[in-house]
Amino acid sequence: MENVYLTIVLAPLLGAIAAGFFGARLGRRGAHRATIAGVAVSAVLSLWVLARFIWGEATVFNGPVYTWLVSDGMRFEVGFLVDKLTAVMMATVTFVSLMVHLYTIGYMADDEHNWPHGALSGKNSYQRFFSYISLFTFSMLMLVMSNNFMQLFFGWEAVGLVSYLLIGFWSTRESAVFANLKAFLVNRVGDFGFILGIAAVGMYFGSMDYAEVFAKAPELADEQVAIFGGVSLMTLIGILLFIGAMGKSAQVPLHVWLPDSMEGPTPISALIHAATMVTAGVFMVARMSPLYELSETALSFILIVGASTAFFMGLIGLVQNDIKRVVAYSTLSQLGYMVTALGASAYAAGIFHLMTHAFFKALLFLAAGSVIIAMHHKQDISHMGGLRKYLPITWLTALIGSLALIGFPGFSGFFSKDAIIEAVGHSQLFGAGYATVLLTVGVFVTALYSFRMYFLVFHGRERMDEHTRHHLHESPWVVTVPLVLLAIPSVFIGWFAVEPMLIGDWWTTGDWSPIVVAHEHDTLHHLREHWHGQAAFVEHGMHALPFYLAMAGLALAALLWWVLHAWNPRIDELLQVFGGPVTRILQDKYGFDDFNQRFLAGGSRNLGRMFWITGDRTLIDGGMVNGSARTVGRLALRFRQLQTGYLYHYAIAMIIGLVGLLTIFVTL
Amino acid sequence: MNEFPLLTLTIWLPIIGGLVVLASGDQEKSLSKWTALAFAVLTFLVSLGLWIGFDSTTAQMQFVERTSWIPSFNVEYFLGVDGLSMPLIVLTTFISIFVVIAGWEVIRYKPSQYMAAFLIMEGIMVGVFSALDAVLFYVFWEAMLIPMFIIIGVWGGPNRVYATIKFFIYTFLGSVFMLVALIYMYFQSGSFSILDFHALELGMTAQTLIFIAFFLAFAVKVPMFPVHTWLPDAHVEAPTGGSVILAAIMLKIGGYGFLRFSLPITPDASADLAWVIIALSLIAIVYIGFVALVQQDMKKLIAYSSIAHMGFVTLGFFIVFTLALNPSVTGGAVMGIEGGMVQMISHGFISGALFLCVGVLYDRVHSREIADYGGVINTMPWFGAFMVYFAMANAGLPGTSGFVGEFMVILATFKASFWWALLAATTLILAAAFTLWMVKRVVFGEVKNEKVAALADLDLRERINLGALAAVVLLFGLWPAPLVNVMHVTVENLVAQVGVCKLPEAERGECVLPRPETVALIGH
Repeated sequence: MENVYLTIVLAPLLGAIAAGFFGARLGRRGAHRATIAGVAVSAVLSLWVLARFIWGEATVFNGPVYTWLVSDGMRFEVGFLVDKLTAVMMATVTFVSLMVHLYTIGYMADDEHNWPHGALSGKNSYQRFFSYISLFTFSMLMLVMSNNFMQLFFGWEAVGLVSYLLIGFWSTRESAVFANLKAFLVNRVGDFGFILGIAAVGMYFGSMDYAEVFAKAPELADEQVAIFGGVSLMTLIGILLFIGAMGKSAQVPLHVWLPDSMEGPTPISALIHAATMVTAGVFMVARMSPLYELSETALSFILIVGASTAFFMGLIGLVQNDIKRVVAYSTLSQLGYMVTALGASAYAAGIFHLMTHAFFKALLFLAAGSVIIAMHHKQDISHMGGLRKYLPITWLTALIGSLALIGFPGFSGFFSKDAIIEAVGHSQLFGAGYATVLLTVGVFVTALYSFRMYFLVFHGRERMDEHTRHHLHESPWVVTVPLVLLAIPSVFIGWFAVEPMLIGDWWTTGDWSPIVVAHEHDTLHHLREHWHGQAAFVEHGMHALPFYLAMAGLALAALLWWVLHAWNPRIDELLQVFGGPVTRILQDKYGFDDFNQRFLAGGSRNLGRMFWITGDRTLIDGGMVNGSARTVGRLALRFRQLQTGYLYHYAIAMIIGLVGLLTIFVTL
Repeated sequence: MNEFPLLTLTIWLPIIGGLVVLASGDQEKSLSKWTALAFAVLTFLVSLGLWIGFDSTTAQMQFVERTSWIPSFNVEYFLGVDGLSMPLIVLTTFISIFVVIAGWEVIRYKPSQYMAAFLIMEGIMVGVFSALDAVLFYVFWEAMLIPMFIIIGVWGGPNRVYATIKFFIYTFLGSVFMLVALIYMYFQSGSFSILDFHALELGMTAQTLIFIAFFLAFAVKVPMFPVHTWLPDAHVEAPTGGSVILAAIMLKIGGYGFLRFSLPITPDASADLAWVIIALSLIAIVYIGFVALVQQDMKKLIAYSSIAHMGFVTLGFFIVFTLALNPSVTGGAVMGIEGGMVQMISHGFISGALFLCVGVLYDRVHSREIADYGGVINTMPWFGAFMVYFAMANAGLPGTSGFVGEFMVILATFKASFWWALLAATTLILAAAFTLWMVKRVVFGEVKNEKVAALADLDLRERINLGALAAVVLLFGLWPAPLVNVMHVTVENLVAQVGVCKLPEAERGECVLPRPETVALIGH
């Protein structure tokens, strides 16, 4: 099996190398064929691996590939752990990535000729783009397949690197190269916590290996660390590692990089936001469930951060007019749902939502991209409308995606989101009440912003200019086929996966359980006991509060942005006036960006300047270095006056010296 | 032990080469360049013999050569390497090749003398790393200043006189105290052998004074805060090759000195004063990180970045004592020193490469100001790719060698203190911020001016130069085991050595470190 796993990881890497280094020789077609072949191989093999786990044929693989380093008795290895959790992640990542690869052929086809942003970054930018997205897939696979913390960090940072390259892909755009630097630095703030968490694991467990650490965890459950007046070791590790997850999975306040990452081409937004990178944090916490189960403080922290992100970021989605940014804020909000599930110990529900979300969010992004292509790369939804009849496939798939996103009963998002809300409702941890309220109200917000966008784009008046309208047509098949292929799981995957992933004992069968939940934290317990099949769950969902809220949101959106907006498009302005200060706060995104820009970035620069000018230049160089040089110079001037050249001066000096010495000798 | 005087050859081959090149003069420019390159490559191949023939299972000195030099003072020509010095020697000979290639077409003023200065410098630096006699060491140590002085003073920038004088006086001042310490120890032991110094029992006062003397010498070289200000000035004025040697190798001599002299000779004083070094190292990481952020000159920025990175080296070396004195934690000391060593080697590659990158731009535009650039990647895609790559390595990205040392030191420091590790880990943010912000302003964006628009991309020579360094950075990032394995036994031995009180019988009561008799008992 080891060879299969190696192939899964290395195939995208080889594709990336081929397209990256030999892009000029391969040409555009050669480059996309090479990378797509690589990712296709890994997608097929990953699905096969997952199927074997589903059929119960596969066994958990945990083994090293090579030894990276041995120091001080600690082994650092590169190796794979493939269990059910990994298999689910591998399949999701490679499938979505394959769809994105296909789609990119269509999306980037006109990049070198028609892109409105002027000069393109280099000659073979098409090939380079394919190289990067394959490298992204490789990095993410290294992350999810790792069997140790060191390699986890490698994948973690490699994902950050490739996102840096991709967000800044149009490197002549100032906003793009600002966004990629911001993304990397904000992620580094998270990694700062993450590496300390890894160091804590290294110190107390003496190992980087997951299996060894997890096995030893219960022994250290009561260990205290003497900082901050004594905290539990598990809380410390849990929170430090979670700070890393806050960076990657864009949780408040480290979420600021994600909306800006829209500066990258749309396929990469889909890849970053759906299956890779942002899911890393969610995956990591689920992977570390044996540690997190030992600290209720850390879980509460996760719960509160996640719920705050879910609700408050969703609200911002209401005031965005850039089609990609609406979807971006929706991603933030949905990540908040996943993270809240983790905090409630419903790791399985978090991963389940990660998977369903990967499909419908990739779908929504790619549909948005299809709209953007049709609109000649204009992204403002206030200048769209009525696209339904021009883009029938895009319209239908986007509708499916939106319904899945708001959790319409029967769609994939319904199963995962209802499970999360239910689980959080049963959590006994501090902050669970707060989280339940926010998540529930959040359903209304989700429906409102999703269908605001949907109606503004696909229905109502056609508000684009004449030239654009004249050229409107459905995207080519390389774009629509991935949409359809993603729409299918967006509808059905919930129905099929809910029983094994949430209800049955799929996770726990076998001798290795990837997800560990303490008995008293088992918030999915209730769902399991009252399970009467999917149909009954859908039926039950139709009579529950989240459903009413979603329908209310949908209806309000239809009223405002379909009916009223068609009557008078200035309804938006009216709403802004009506919203007053609230709208302004939302448009300022709660001021996070301003604060960071002014106090963190600006403050650091000022601090650096102060250190440099007062520290290095004035005190050290001015005072110590050149100061001592001056002092020596001045002393030398004094001493030089002693050497007058007059014989009698020297004679007197000699006599004084002689008398002095004689006195000393005599008195001795 | 070894029949063939490999170390002598590694030292003297480039020096002879330098003299040959010097004698050949500037009439046949290409001849002198090719001769220089041949000697540099040959020296590297010879030094590879050290790596291949190295026995990594023993902490003993290897390739030892020992003959009397000045018998009346018992001064010897005593050479040998262990797991600490051998990798540094190979680094020296490796980097020297790139320095020769980097000066290939750029240096038009007296190129043969330029090449000769670097070759002689190379031999001297290998001498520093392999000398086991204190006088021999001191001679090489001071001799090193002369070619560097000439390199900056002759081929340097407009403000080179200030920079050379500052460089010379700073470093010379430090080393004078070291000489006094070495002579004192000669009077105590009757020998100049560094290995005898290691075995010498010294009282606490003597140890403290010797420690301070060594500290002054090595801290200036590293350089540590607050004696670092010569480095940015020297870098700015030095020609590209000079900056590369300075950053890649000369700084390492300070770090090497701490391991070869301070730790084993004065363990008790080191343990006593380790907190000073640790504090200064953390200041270097944090304070210098902020200072680097606001630099306008690319070379200054990388120079400050070097100081911050060298902070990890000294931090890794001196947490040994905190770890040795804390019975509740196990291990960490070896990882700290190995991490520091890896950081030194890796920093040699990465800072060298970054200075070469700046040199590439300087050769074309004759400016090091960040503000004079922008959108370089549009006209120089190859260069842009290398610059981003080395910037990422400088920011400690896993998969590059820049990550390995930092990771090991952070892991080890965490065992010593959470707060120290917290401060050290800020480098993840700071190093990324100052390096990538520079990259953003220089490499990315629209083409800023006509000069940038007229830039020609890397030629084959430059591509080979940067490509080779990139390959090594990647190799040691993906597989650092071979590098660490050669130093493993030596470092373990060193840690065992510094973990024992060295005070004489009468002062044993003041031992902070475990006493030798208790350690011996545990050994049984």
